[in-house]
Amino acid sequence: MRIETETEPKTIRRLQSNRKTQFKKKSEPYIYLLPTVILMIILLVIPIFMVIRYSFYDNVIINKNPEFVGLENFKEVLTNKSFLVAVKNTSIFVGGSLILHMILGMTFAMVLNTKYLGTKTKAIFRVIFSLPWMFTAAVIAVLWKLLLSPNGFINFLLVELNLTTSQIEWLASRDFALFSVTAINIWAGYPFFMISILAGLQGIQSELYESAAIDGANSVQSFFHITIPQLKPILISLILLDFVWTIQQFALIWMTTGGGPIDATEILSTFIYKQGFSQYEYSMASTSAVILLIICTIVAIFYVRHQRGSE
Amino acid sequence: MVGERKWYIKVITIILLMIGTIFAGFPVLWMLLNSFKPNAEIFAWPPVWISENFTFEAYVEIFNDPEKIRFFVNSYLVAFTVVILTLLVSILAAYSFSRFDYPGKNIINTIIISVQAVPPITLLIPYLGLIVTIGLYNTYGALILTYLLFTLPYAILMMTGYFNTLPKDLDEAVMIDGGSRFRALWNVLVPLSVPGLVSVGMYTFMLAWNEYLFALALTKTNEFRTVPVGISLLMGQHAYEWNQMMAMSILGSLPILLLFLFFQKFFIAGMTSGAVKS
Repeated sequence: MRIETETEPKTIRRLQSNRKTQFKKKSEPYIYLLPTVILMIILLVIPIFMVIRYSFYDNVIINKNPEFVGLENFKEVLTNKSFLVAVKNTSIFVGGSLILHMILGMTFAMVLNTKYLGTKTKAIFRVIFSLPWMFTAAVIAVLWKLLLSPNGFINFLLVELNLTTSQIEWLASRDFALFSVTAINIWAGYPFFMISILAGLQGIQSELYESAAIDGANSVQSFFHITIPQLKPILISLILLDFVWTIQQFALIWMTTGGGPIDATEILSTFIYKQGFSQYEYSMASTSAVILLIICTIVAIFYVRHQRGSE
Repeated sequence: MVGERKWYIKVITIILLMIGTIFAGFPVLWMLLNSFKPNAEIFAWPPVWISENFTFEAYVEIFNDPEKIRFFVNSYLVAFTVVILTLLVSILAAYSFSRFDYPGKNIINTIIISVQAVPPITLLIPYLGLIVTIGLYNTYGALILTYLLFTLPYAILMMTGYFNTLPKDLDEAVMIDGGSRFRALWNVLVPLSVPGLVSVGMYTFMLAWNEYLFALALTKTNEFRTVPVGISLLMGQHAYEWNQMMAMSILGSLPILLLFLFFQKFFIAGMTSGAVKS
């Protein structure tokens, strides 16, 4: 009896201290994660909640008591002519970029993977081929504005080669502007494909090619039956990532054409920026921004599934 | 037969190497050459390659203009601060992901990954209000804080992967000796992760150095503007000082070019981690 009464408080204390250490143990991973979680809440969760909320109200930000309008904003945006032009331009911009990033990336990666060059020579060419990757959008914008100016080098070349008689306004004419900004974006973005595909090519076992050669496959056949299937997971990732990045592109277009002339190069991000920051139509801007977010989210879900699947 | 095939593949390879070199290299060379020309010769027809009046004038003018130097100071300041904060926060988060199992881990992880899909322009509208409310509008703080959202996810994923390659026995050895988990992380795991930290640091630096949209919208005076915004302002101002814009572009690209040249391996490892799985 006596012994029990003496030990009881001790066990209780031990239990309590156990609980304490247990709590400490349980909370430990969350403490390490705390700065990240706080930042994610302030910078991601709250802002996304805000922008989605804005898209259901009229006169947000400017008016202190905005009016709830349900899906009216979405109706208005989806029937807005400028928005539809932006969607069309964005599709051309993204589609053109994706296809040519893939073609150029694949071609240059295969060239850099050649057996005919030494390791050092290959390394030098790899650096040269990666050059566009190292410049920020502002630099790429001024550089190409210089090259594509009516008096610029590109026009000089075309006139000298008798491909054109007049100096073309590449970025200032409605006919060429969208083509030009897409071309600039292709130049700026292909190295990411090239380097990723090159890493993929180096991971393909050479025995696969050797046994195909023994079976009498030519290089075109082994490209379609070995290279492409082996690279497939990487190629899918690249397409999905590039889609999300290109559809969000803002800086390059803003600094080359500003979305013009008129609306010839207006894409979703420049449309949203203008709605919000020069016309102060925050409800319209928020609604378009939410639409863009939905598109990106859908693609991102595919990307995450793909990444998980290939693990 | 086999020799013949090799012969034409070789020729095609050489031709493609030449095309690629011109395609990627010429615009960059042109930028460099034009930064050494007097402004009057920029649009000479036929174009001048290397001017008889070869000059460092454009660079000198940039270095003599405190406003332009300020853009560079701002960019370095913002980028380095973002790198340090990103590394600190991501080390802690990655340790949590790598060494513990707990409820909510997967959800938080998914949220962090999902950031990559969120268009910056979507966040800009609420950010403007938030940044003004916290009193950070037109400060370094506005840029540093908002850049963290885009640098952290990548940094956390990379560092978690890196910590996962380090055996758990390492931390347990420290803890058996009476050290805390924090000490195990700080004294053992972090020093072993230097290559990963370099990779993450460089990628973070590049993201912060290159960012344009937030720098444009969340600052108002040249006091806090960064190099990309500075370059774009040059495009609007003056009667197009092309040689200065080229010189500023070269100077503004130098940090990234040097990082790439000297740390190519880390750089590529970082940049391709989204698509390539080893």
